[in-house]
Amino acid sequence: MSPDSLILAALIVPLAGAVLIGLAGRFSPNLREAVTLVTAGLLIFVVWSLLPTVYDGGRPSAQLAEVLPGIDIAFRVEPLGMMFAALASGLWLVNSIYSIGYMRGNQEKKQTRFYVLFAVSLAATMGIAFSANLFTLFLFYEALTLSTYPLVSHKGDAATVKSARVYLGILISASIGLLLPAIIWTYSVAGTGDFRMGGILEGVIEGPAVGLLLGLFVFGAAKAAVMPVHRWLPAAMVAPTPVSALLHAVAVVKAGVFTITKVIVYIFGVDFLFSEPSSSWLFYAACFTIIAASVVALRQQNLKRLLAYSTIAQLSYVVMAAAILKPLAEVGAAIHMLAHAFGKITLFFAAGAIYTASKKTELAQLRGIGRRMPITMTAFTIGALSMIGVPPTGGFVSKWYILAGAFQADNYIALATIIASTALNAAYFLPIVYVVWFEKDATPPGKEHGEAPFAAVLALALTAALTIAFFVYSAPAYELESQLVRAAS
Amino acid sequence: MTSLEFHLPALQVAVPLLLAPVVVLLRPRGLAWAAATVTSLMAFAIAVAMTQGILDGEVYRYAMGGWEAPYGIGLRVDRFSALVLLLVTGASSLGLLAGKQSIDRSIETQRQPLFYAAWLLVVAGLAGILVSADAFNIFVFMEISSLASYVVVAGGTDRRALPAVFKYLIMGTIGATFYLIGVGLIYMMTGTLNLADMAMRIHEVSEQRPILVAAGFITVGLALKAAVFPLHVWLPNAYTYAPHAVSAFLAACATKVSLYVLLRFDFVVFQPNLLGHDFQFAAFLMPLAVLAILVGSTVAMFESNIKRLLGYSSVAQIGYIMLGASLVSLTGLSASLLHIFNHALAKGTLFLAVMALAMRFGQLDLASLGGAARRMPWTMSAFVVGALSLIGVPGTAGFISKWYLVTAAFAEGPLGYFLIAVIVVGSLMAVVYSWRIVEATWFAPEVQANPVTAETTIGEAPMAMLAVVWLAALTNIYFGLFTALPRALAEGAAGALIAGVP
Repeated sequence: MSPDSLILAALIVPLAGAVLIGLAGRFSPNLREAVTLVTAGLLIFVVWSLLPTVYDGGRPSAQLAEVLPGIDIAFRVEPLGMMFAALASGLWLVNSIYSIGYMRGNQEKKQTRFYVLFAVSLAATMGIAFSANLFTLFLFYEALTLSTYPLVSHKGDAATVKSARVYLGILISASIGLLLPAIIWTYSVAGTGDFRMGGILEGVIEGPAVGLLLGLFVFGAAKAAVMPVHRWLPAAMVAPTPVSALLHAVAVVKAGVFTITKVIVYIFGVDFLFSEPSSSWLFYAACFTIIAASVVALRQQNLKRLLAYSTIAQLSYVVMAAAILKPLAEVGAAIHMLAHAFGKITLFFAAGAIYTASKKTELAQLRGIGRRMPITMTAFTIGALSMIGVPPTGGFVSKWYILAGAFQADNYIALATIIASTALNAAYFLPIVYVVWFEKDATPPGKEHGEAPFAAVLALALTAALTIAFFVYSAPAYELESQLVRAAS
Repeated sequence: MTSLEFHLPALQVAVPLLLAPVVVLLRPRGLAWAAATVTSLMAFAIAVAMTQGILDGEVYRYAMGGWEAPYGIGLRVDRFSALVLLLVTGASSLGLLAGKQSIDRSIETQRQPLFYAAWLLVVAGLAGILVSADAFNIFVFMEISSLASYVVVAGGTDRRALPAVFKYLIMGTIGATFYLIGVGLIYMMTGTLNLADMAMRIHEVSEQRPILVAAGFITVGLALKAAVFPLHVWLPNAYTYAPHAVSAFLAACATKVSLYVLLRFDFVVFQPNLLGHDFQFAAFLMPLAVLAILVGSTVAMFESNIKRLLGYSSVAQIGYIMLGASLVSLTGLSASLLHIFNHALAKGTLFLAVMALAMRFGQLDLASLGGAARRMPWTMSAFVVGALSLIGVPGTAGFISKWYLVTAAFAEGPLGYFLIAVIVVGSLMAVVYSWRIVEATWFAPEVQANPVTAETTIGEAPMAMLAVVWLAALTNIYFGLFTALPRALAEGAAGALIAGVP
């Protein structure tokens, strides 16, 4: 298949998979899960076949429809989107393996609906990653919100519905009230919304309007969870853990920071934004979110909520790195999306495995659990170290590039923020690591349990291994992402 | 052109008109419905065929009985008529296809044949207005469609429909009378009823004042029938208490047909001939359009009955249509015509979804619909698609016309910026009133509603109904992404209408 048709295949495969999963669900769970795994594998094949082309500087593209003159539904694969799509498709397979263990282990209801919507969300994610212009991006961005909503409200009880309402309310109102006006504004002044190297807004907009437009984009893309539009993410933790792991640590939240990074690099243009003082607020907003979210995480008693606040902080790392507006920092932003994904999905997998094996959700219940679930907690430890940024984990690599970018810009506030947040991350993760390994077992007598089901353990071992592997071997990602800024710098 | 193709404009009216009396005679249960549905689908097929022909460059002119205009009755179908014909016949077909069970429930079996016959007469009347080339036949068909629509609106078991329909009747009759007075004045001055002839002869008339008076009567009369603010008071109650299937049908297309006549008359007959009339037209309608958007949306934000809420939303949406036309520019008029099409898709979907909802919930107050969507997720998901289209979210049809409207306003300078602000505020208000429904049906705690049926557990709407609701919802998405057809029709029609304006 030609690279151009591979793009469309990346959209069709998960959608067709969704239909087949729905049909297979009528016959047998085993068949359904097999279809999910085959679809995920096929999607990896399709998406990763694009990698060599993009790596060599090719930019496959495809056009689906011209909605209005100048407004197309079109796709164009560039390094950032390539990485995002490769990441999401790759982790979908691992996550599907995990889901089988988790959903069966917890005897969840409506499992067919769960797998169908998961596939649809992945199709939307592929659309976001490959979109060639703001209009297309917006369509798939909204599709992702709508298709993940039933996953968040999966349980269906009163508390879940309340949280799902926060989820939908914030994401939809921000995107329609802020992101859409920003997109229409862009189209009307620039005449286009195409993502172009060096940006499209230089010379057509200036002064405080730049800062305002940037604000509409940043807070409109509420999936990036920059404070104060972050509250949907802790609310989304009511979802089954595989949803939190893939969607609310990787696909959905990365769609947010991906949008912001793409807008900075391809709509405004890094150099233009750097020369415009009214845009500097974004950097401070991101720094504030990093510190504030870490402080809030420090006070959490529930493991998944703690991870959610940690995610909010880590997402703003990406936003902050992008807002430093220097080449190495942009690369750092892209790499951090990758590194954080491996670490955070491992942490969520571990949290879900703990819940499946023992129904424990609170930090206080985790004393000594390391001895019962050694593999899970080893993976958890690796994930936690990656969040802090300790070698030999992936988190170290991306922090390295962000720091290098900060030095490029002589930006010492970024430096201070990173140091402070590293300390805070250590302060909320290390006590957990200590407690699970070195304190006395808190499990009440008669509630014996071991590891979670095999599928879940396999998945989290895989992602933990990836976290370490990324430390050892991240050169291709760096090479790919440095194309983001090579022409611009 | 084959001979069948040649007769299509006449068949468009004749098929539903002649089959209506046949339907009255069909007594066995269900047969009347089947016959009416088939007839409506045939009318839709005729509309599709003519649209196809027009896009291929055909012109449909027809002289009834071979008597040429100005003596005979002339029919004429162009892009504008085709656009609205598609809506009328499409909405009628979807309403009938989806509505069987709903109509069975709200209308006694022995009265059903009459009801379906009246429904077909509405179709015939509306189609007649759209294919007529002369002003008096438009009046005749207007009366046919109005009288028949009073019958279908009042046809249900809800007694509250009777005062609503009485108000509708009084206002509709005043509107039609005003229109007739205007047409009479023009006939007196020009000696013709044919619209195209009128357009040519008016400027030969020595005294223009009667024409100006006629323009006033016709505009106000049609504005009444089209529910242009502040002449909209008949609309919300008529939609609210009509049988649900009728609401879906009429909300999608009835007012649009009056708007069609209003725009056609004004742009073809008056604006080319009356000096400064384009300015009068804009100055008269633009403030009303702005008020319609703001007032209609505000009332909708505080309304608690879903159907009435949607009715007030229609008042606001008619405002958008008038706003585009009042700009008197090609893009503005295209926006207006596109919004006629796209709003019909959105509102039709919403009312169809409401009909499905009403199958399971007796009360349509927001307060008694708590958690309805959790029981009927498919129905309410289709509703959400319709609501997104109503708001104008990209990816849905509603976005396309709003985009045209904003572009048209943008070209007007400072006044345009004010209008854009109105459009944006109106859209945000649409977000608010749509969200209220989403909030009530998806997120509110469940109330023990009185199930219409004896069923203890309330589930999804019947499968057949749901399929049609989703078909309607998907057209919103289809025409939000693949816009060639409505754009070709609307831009072509707008170009033809505005060609005569100096």
